[in-house]
Amino acid sequence: MSPDSAEAVSATAGARQSTRTGAAGAAKLELIGVGKEFRTKRAHTVALSDINLTIDDGEFVSIIGRSGCGKTTLLRMLAGLLSPTTGRILVEGRSLWNGTKVDTSVVSQLGVVFQEANLFPWYSVAENIALPLQLRGDDKASRMKRAYELAELVGLAGFERSYPRELSGGMRQRVAIARALSINPKLLLMDEPFGALDALTRERMNLELQRISLATKATVVFITHDINEAVFLGDRVVHLTPRPGRIHQIRTIDFPKPRSIDVQTEPEFGAIVRDLRHALDEDEKR
Amino acid sequence: MRGVSRDRSRKLLPWISTPIILVLAFIAWDVFVRVSGISDAVVPPPQKVLSELVTVLGTAETWEHAWITTSETLGGFLIALVVGVVAGVVLGKVPWLELSLRPVIVASQVVPKVALVPLFVVWFGFGITSKVVISAMLAFFPIMLNTQLGVRSVDAGQREVMRSLNATRWQTFRHLEMKSTLPYVLAGMEVGIVLAIIGAIVGEYLGGSEGLGYMLVRTLNDLNASAMFATTILLSLIGLLLYFAVNALKRFLIPWHESVYAQQDLNG
Ligand SMILES: Nc1ncnc2c1ncn2[C@@H]1O[C@H](COP(=O)(O)OP(=O)(O)OP(=O)(O)O)[C@@H](O)[C@H]1O
Ligand SMILES: [Mg+2]
Repeated sequence: MSPDSAEAVSATAGARQSTRTGAAGAAKLELIGVGKEFRTKRAHTVALSDINLTIDDGEFVSIIGRSGCGKTTLLRMLAGLLSPTTGRILVEGRSLWNGTKVDTSVVSQLGVVFQEANLFPWYSVAENIALPLQLRGDDKASRMKRAYELAELVGLAGFERSYPRELSGGMRQRVAIARALSINPKLLLMDEPFGALDALTRERMNLELQRISLATKATVVFITHDINEAVFLGDRVVHLTPRPGRIHQIRTIDFPKPRSIDVQTEPEFGAIVRDLRHALDEDEKR
Repeated sequence: MRGVSRDRSRKLLPWISTPIILVLAFIAWDVFVRVSGISDAVVPPPQKVLSELVTVLGTAETWEHAWITTSETLGGFLIALVVGVVAGVVLGKVPWLELSLRPVIVASQVVPKVALVPLFVVWFGFGITSKVVISAMLAFFPIMLNTQLGVRSVDAGQREVMRSLNATRWQTFRHLEMKSTLPYVLAGMEVGIVLAIIGAIVGEYLGGSEGLGYMLVRTLNDLNASAMFATTILLSLIGLLLYFAVNALKRFLIPWHESVYAQQDLNG
């Protein structure tokens, strides 16, 4: 057997491991034995330990887990903001981290929505949304056009010239989402993006996010506290357990996409949600 | 609509209240002088001070002195601004340097700097230079310290946004660090401009034959209380003007900042 074919075999094995029905394309993201420890003067925290996960191109992966189980830590490592203590992260087969140095060419076309909106108070809503485009060097007219489109998309039409100070928490978060979407990211990392929204806006944003992810074929890693939302949006739901953060289970969600809000009333949907809730409750007891 | 008109009347309020307060103060002053029968040489009546002010303002010499004090102040302030911002940025960005210089900085802050004024007169002479140096020295510290604080206070979350966008150093500076530090620099400038004018006047008290500080000392020697009052009023007006210039600059440069917002809430 030539080395080439050996590689091909292990690649198919990897693809099978990801166990995703109707998986399209090759692995976008691969986490191999990823772990993260924090050492501070007062404490030594193992935030994540031995995370193995393969995410296909175009896949939507929801991550749930109770507070402090390492979700944000995981996302920051994927975003190239925090280096893993152990293990490897591959983006399209290329190593994202080289020791504690990040290979920035690997993470281009990345959109990140942080747990906090992190807007720039000196820029208007439109300027905040267009910031990634400005950094990329787009001309003013085209980036403003895109900013206005995105403001409309996230339900902020008419607020383009407002300043972040004048917005509610949920509105600010929607600006942050629009900012992440501005460059049509191929990889979208979202950390509880809808946490500050009311139920109705949240539902609308869920549908929009589903539509966008399908239309742009973006790979999405979506962190949430809301099990319903995780199941509704995810092709798979990853359940992290705390101390140390480990993958407890991965559920594949088979409902065809695009899903309508009504899918949530189906008994099977309810069963999955109930299951996951029980599993999360178990975490609470430990 | 009611909200709008209420907002407008709030904005107008200081413009109405300030003249009223001034008039009341003048009346109280006048009554005090009349009732107490205090000597003109100690507290002159307001009418006399006002007519003296008109005389003083009508003299060309006054304007020369005023110009000298203003240029000393501005000169010192600008030097303090440039040196203060550069030093603040460097100390803010290079922790080991700040750490090793901290004792020196704390010590030089604790020293009552006005006590050094005679020394500066000896070193830089009785001319304009010593006053510029003194006002620069006084204005330097608040600007430097505020800049340093500003550089340190750039929000970690906003930094991560720039990093996740693969921003260059220059882009991070232009879109984040500079904008986020500016309010601190401007706060330092507001304190600095007031100290700069104090520096210039104290310098003029102690040495030289120019400037409003010198004029003030001369009125003291002449025991001309109303001229002294008039000169003091003129000095205060210049101080106010400079302060409001910096304040206007702040409103222009950082309209988005909370300090400007809060001010708008208070007085439009
Ligand atoms: N910079 C850091 N230094 C030290 N410890 C940290 C740091 N960041 C995170 N941790 C620790 O790592 C653990 C996981 O934190 P993380 O922010 O990833 O949790 P999370 O799952 O996102 O929680 P939440 O749902 O509340 O946002 C926590 O115990 C936290 O104390
Ligand atoms: Mg988190």
